[in-house]
Formats: sequence, structure tokens, C-alpha cells
Amino acid sequence: MGIQGMELCAMAVVIMLFIAVLKQFGILEPMSMEDTSDSDLELSSIRHQPEGLEQLQELTKFTKKELQSLYRGFKNECPSGLVDEDTFKLIYAQFFPQGDASMYAHFLFNAFDVDRNGAICFENFVVGLSILLRGTVHEKLNWAFNLYDINKDGYITKEEMLAIMKSIYNMMGRYTYPIVRDDAPIEHVEKFFQKMDRNRDGVVTIEEFLETCQKDENIMSSMQLFENVI
Amino acid sequence: MAAGVAAWLPFARAAAIGWMPVANCPMPLAPTEKNKRQDELIILNVSGRRFQTWRTTLERYPDTLLGSTEKEFFFNEDTKEYFFDRDPEVFRCILNFYRTGKLHYPRYECISAYDEELAFYGILPEIIGDCCYEEYKDRKRENAERLMDDNDSENNQEGSMPSLNLRQTMWRAFENPHTSTLALVFYYVTGFFIAVSVITNVVETVPCGTVPGNKELPCGERYAVAFFCLDTACVMIFTVEYLMRLFAAPSRYRFMRSVMSIIDVVAIMPYYIGLVMTNNEDVSGAFVTLRVFRVFRIFKFSRHSQGLRILGYTLKSCASELGFLLFSLTMAIIIFATVMFYAEKGSSASKFTSIPASFWYTIVTMTTLGYGDMVPKTIAGKIFGSICSLSGVLVIALPVPVIVSNFSRIYHQNQRADKRRAQKKARLARIRVAKTGSSSAYLHSKRNGLLNAALELTGSSDDEQHISKSTSLIESQHHHLLHCLEKTTNHEFIDEQLFEQNCMDNSMQNYPSTRSPSLSSNNGGSTSCCSRRNKTTTHLPNSKVPATRLQSMQELSTIHIQCSEQPSLTTSRSSLNMKSDDGLRPNCKTSHLTTAIISIPTPPALTPEGESRPPPSSPHPTMNISTTCSNVVKVSAL
Repeated sequence: MGIQGMELCAMAVVIMLFIAVLKQFGILEPMSMEDTSDSDLELSSIRHQPEGLEQLQELTKFTKKELQSLYRGFKNECPSGLVDEDTFKLIYAQFFPQGDASMYAHFLFNAFDVDRNGAICFENFVVGLSILLRGTVHEKLNWAFNLYDINKDGYITKEEMLAIMKSIYNMMGRYTYPIVRDDAPIEHVEKFFQKMDRNRDGVVTIEEFLETCQKDENIMSSMQLFENVI
Repeated sequence: MAAGVAAWLPFARAAAIGWMPVANCPMPLAPTEKNKRQDELIILNVSGRRFQTWRTTLERYPDTLLGSTEKEFFFNEDTKEYFFDRDPEVFRCILNFYRTGKLHYPRYECISAYDEELAFYGILPEIIGDCCYEEYKDRKRENAERLMDDNDSENNQEGSMPSLNLRQTMWRAFENPHTSTLALVFYYVTGFFIAVSVITNVVETVPCGTVPGNKELPCGERYAVAFFCLDTACVMIFTVEYLMRLFAAPSRYRFMRSVMSIIDVVAIMPYYIGLVMTNNEDVSGAFVTLRVFRVFRIFKFSRHSQGLRILGYTLKSCASELGFLLFSLTMAIIIFATVMFYAEKGSSASKFTSIPASFWYTIVTMTTLGYGDMVPKTIAGKIFGSICSLSGVLVIALPVPVIVSNFSRIYHQNQRADKRRAQKKARLARIRVAKTGSSSAYLHSKRNGLLNAALELTGSSDDEQHISKSTSLIESQHHHLLHCLEKTTNHEFIDEQLFEQNCMDNSMQNYPSTRSPSLSSNNGGSTSCCSRRNKTTTHLPNSKVPATRLQSMQELSTIHIQCSEQPSLTTSRSSLNMKSDDGLRPNCKTSHLTTAIISIPTPPALTPEGESRPPPSSPHPTMNISTTCSNVVKVSAL
């Protein structure tokens, strides 16, 4: 009946209020309370300190001053000492305001993050830069091959190359002259494979890649382009 | 993230090697870095505190002072550092901006000082980080309000200068009762009549005495005629006031739409409507209702009371909070009324006959009034009733602090405006003193120059040290500047009193034929030249002014000169005045040679003649040396 129903409701409300008051006093421990606070602490304590200057000097071809300057810039942007992929994408996207650089940044990130732990530490950063800026042409070409070989199996397939090409064309954005056609990346990949794939087996190996590049004048000269960046 | 871009650019460029094997055409040449410097530390010396940072840190923002070559202007070759004569505290924040890319606003800093520093260093305030931006904007708005109040009050004061026609004068009198005594009288009279009218309305309903028949009559019916006369008088005054305001209003349409005028109309309409339909029985009921509107006369007091206006303004500005309060209260009332109705449905003879009937109970309980005319009897009803009263307290208490803080802010703003108005007078007086100080300093130095020349003539060197006291370099340069201006325009600076004196004398000169020492003619003549100075006391040549002028002259320790070109010397003061005036060219018109009168600080040496002579004549510095026929020294000035 209505009256009894209301009385029941009233009782239920009173009991709920009672429990709320008890909770305040901490007498009734709430049933489900995870250690959410701990996980917060854990995240914020992730920090990375790079190895000493001497070790880095041995690993790379940078001078002490250059390493100092590089580290200062790196630490300023990433005080925790580690760059995760989202931050990396954000930073890289600053340079390409018209297009979408996230795909290419993803590939770059994987190329720099050699130990595959999801974050670039200063050693990875500086080792990669050393190859790119102070390495031999051979080393640079190796690095480029590593970048294109997404699954790091030693072969560049057409699909991998297509993904890379699309990501490069994405950085251009929409407002280009002439307008980027939808099949432009595919065409480009075809041309690339025609040049590189000697034995026409549909994949490009490291030897084919190195051989073809070393024969190409343009590529060789462009490899020297960024010598004096730092 | 400009800082980020600059730091990571080398990395992005290096990563471009990944495109090279893919490219089909040759790459453009890279730009070469001329005189590529190793990153070096530079020292920034700000008022003695040395800050050091890398050069590249500063170059992150090349469109600011520190990031561009503009800082080379501040480079000190001797110490090889950049010296800035600015506040080092604020510089700390600015340098942190270069370091971290975020500009913070310290709370203890004055907002205008901070703005000035930002402007100096070429940093836009919009860059302030989100953490401090709100505070910055709040302080800036507060400061702008303060300055705006200043300007407003200044504009109000300046309105007194131009001449206004009748309508504008009336409007100003209505708006600011303090401008003239008539307006003040009118203000108090209307206030008095409003009070009378309100008290009449109240007393009308008080029962006073019985009439044969044992019926208590309210005073209104017992002394109907008296009350009617009072009412008529008040309404007449209000009507006259309303019509006058309507006449004087600059925009009649806008005035008629304003709140105060609507209140005025509502206050006086019932009387006229009552006059029109006196004997009609049917509408007498409506007529009685109209009388209620007479109480709106009390709102007319808001013209007279600042506090009422503030309250009204506060309520208006808190409209959203009040709306929220109303909305949440309505929600709670409906919920609790429904619950109480169903809880009490079963009990016999329950007063909760319907949900709307329960509204009354809910409102009375939530506002903790508790009349007790409706009480729940069942247990469930009592439980829900207690929850209702507890929640009522909470719901009402929540928006109240917002309203209170709003009121406090507006009230303090008003206090601040009043305080500022009081301080303004002192401030203006100080400014005036400073101005007159500097101009009198100039005139003083001119006379010193005169004196020097005079002393050279007379050969006395007693007062030389006294005169040539060292004025600072800035002062002397300033005086030289003023002197150049005088030479350019061929006019000379004199001070206010002498200017008026000349006007007086000029007017006297205009009546050469009369030569009467009568004061009336002098008075009449002075207005033409000095019409602007109506309010200041006019110096009459024959008044006590001479004595004071003499004193001031003596303070300046200047020489007494008189140039008299009149052969006849009479002892009467007035004629002496005349004489000197003949040689006088009024300053108002021309600027050539006039007599200068300066007094020496040796009163005993002065003859009584000399004492009376100086004031009337103009103390213009002259270019002449003319011989006197008296024993007063004449000096050429300038």
C-alpha cells in the first residue's frame, strides 16, 4: 500500500544517511577502493638520467660542448628526460603547419627509439643525431633503410614504402600546387621500386638499396646537405 | 611554443635525411650560418643585480628587446655587460619567460608597473600563461575601472566652465544638487514632501478614536479633508517636479523611459485617477487598489539615497545568482511537496490535501519559518519533513555569498570613488602649487637677472651673493628655454596678480579724461579685460593690495623702481597711480617698454612715496632706463 511504501522509502533514506555519516568517521571502510593514488605517484616519478658525458662522447661523434648544448635543449623541452610518442608528434608537427605530420613522426619515433620501450631517452636522441649529422654516407643510408623498414625484418615491401610515402605526402597538406592526386604516392612508390628493386622480387633489400643509392648522384649529394646543422 | 621550435629545429633538419633516397630531384642548398658562434653566456646587469643566461636563450624570441639587436644599445663596453636601469624584480619574471616559454604575473606586483616593464622589453601581455592570465586580467580591469572613475569625476567637474542655457542648468541642478544652493533647496524640499506623503499614507490607516456608534474609524476618514489637502499639496509638488524634469531633460524620450520617471508617474497617477472618478460606486473598489500605488512614492527616495541605488544595482547585477536560487528552490519545493503529499496521504484529517497545498508547507519549512499551521503526522512525513528543512537551509545558503561579495565589491567601489573625490582636491591643490612654484621660480630668476644688472649699474655688491645663489643646472636650462620663448614671441611671462593689476590699470587708462580716483569706474573697466576672472578678487589700486604686494616684493628682495613721466607729483595716491599708469602700456595689449617696479629689502630707506608707488604701476620689466624726478632708482630690466 502507499503508506507502507512511503515508510519503507523513509527507512531506506534514513539508513543511507546513517551510512554516509559513518563513512565520514572512517568506521566503515568503503568496499572498493583501488590504490589509485599509488599509480599517480609512479607515473610522476618516471625520470631518466642520461649516462655521463664521457660515455656519450664515446658513443657519438659530438664534442663535449655540442653534447652540452644538445642536452640543455632536450631537457628544457622534456624535463623528465624522456620523450613519449605524443610529445614527439606534437613537437614535430610544429614544423609542418600546413599538413599532418603525425604518421611520419610515428615512423621517425620508431627509428629513434632503438630499444623499443615507447620513449626516446637522451642517449637514443643523441646517437640518432650523431649518425645523421656526423656519420658516413653508408651509416646514413643504413639509417634511412631502417626508417623505411617498418617491421625491421630487413626487407622493404611495397606496402611499407607506400605507408612511408603517404605519410610524407600528408605533411604537404591540401594547399599545394599542383594538387596532390590520390595516386601520387603510389606512382612515387612504383618509381622508387623500379629504381631500387634490381631483381624484381617485389622487395628491396639493404644491399640493393645501398648499391642503387651509391650510384645515384642526387642522393649522394643530398646526404651531405645537413652536415653543419649543429 | 616558439622556444620548442628553435631547440628542435636541428633535429627536424637532421631527420629530413629520411626523405633523401625517396626524392627524385636534387635538393636545394642549405643556408650557411655566417659567423657561427659557440653558445656563450651573456651578463645582464639590471640595476646592479646580475643575471646570466645563454645567448641562444634570449634569441628564442627575436621580436623582443632582449632577443634582437636592440639590446646592443644597452651594452656597456667597459664592463662587457648589458646594463638596464629597470626593476630587477620584474626582470626575473621576464627572463624566466625566455627560459621556460611561459610568462607569469607575480601577484605582489603593481599592475601598471608590470605593464610598463613588459612594454619596455617588447613583450605582449597576451603571452601570459594560463596560470596567471586570469589574475592579470582581473587586476587590469580593476585598475581601468579606477582610472575611468577618475576621468568621469573630472569630466563632471569641468562642466562648470562653459556657459549653459537654462535647460542645461536646470538639468545639472537636478542631477547634482550640490552645484547650487537653489538645487540643494529643491532637493531637500522634495525629500521632505516625499516623507510627508509617505507618513500621511501610513497614518491614514491608524485608528484614532471612536465615533458615536462605537465604531473605530481610521484617521483617514475622520480627518478626511485634512488628509486630502496634504495629499493634494504633495501631488502638486511632485507634478511640478516631474514637469520641470521633463522640460530640462536633454532627451525627453529617454527620460520618460527611465525607471525614476516611471516611478514618479506611478506615484502621482492614483491621485488624478481618483479625481476623475470620484462618485462611481462600481470602480471604487479599483480606486482603493490604486491607492496602493501611492506607496511607490517611497521609491522616490532612491534619488536622495546613494545606498538604495547601490542596493538596486547590486540586485540587478546578481540577477543570474538570484535566478539560480529561485530555480533550485522551485525544484526542491516541487520534490518535497510531492513527497510530503504522498507521505501524508494516509493520515486522517491531513492538511496536505493536494500537492499545491503542500507547496505552502514546503516553503515555510525550507525557509525555516515553521508557522505550524500544517504539520506532518505520520512517521514518514516527519522524516521527510526534517530532511526538507535541512536541505532548505543548504539551498538558500549557497548563492548568498555570491550576492554578498557582489554587493561588497560595488559598495567598496563607491567608497573608493568618494574617497578619491576628496583626495582629488588635495591633489589638484598640490599640482597647482607645483605649477605656480615653477613659474614663480622663473620670474624670480628673471628678476635676479634684473637685479644683477642693476647692481652692476649701482655698483653695490652687498646682495650679490644673496642673489646669485646656485640654481641647479636643470633649472637654469629650463629658465633659459622659457627666456628663448619670450624672445621668440616678443611677449613676457608675468604672474597672475600682476596680470590682473595690469588689467585694472588698463581699464583706468581707458578713462584718461576722468582721472577720477573713484572706485566705481575702476571696477567697471576691469571686467572688460579680465572678464574671465570674475570670481577672483579684483585688486583695486587704492586698496590694501599695495601692502601685500610690497611684502611679496620684499621677499623677492628686488629693487624699487619707478618710472614716472609726469612732471607733477602730488601726494595723493590716486594721482600717483595715474602718473605711473601713463607710462604704462597694458600688458594685455602690447609688450614694449613698461616700467618695472621692484622693491629693495630696505624699508626704512623707502619713502612713504615709494611705498605707495609700486603697486599701481605694472611691474613689467622694462627695457628703458629713464630718469626719474624722484629719489627712486630706476633700472632697466632685461
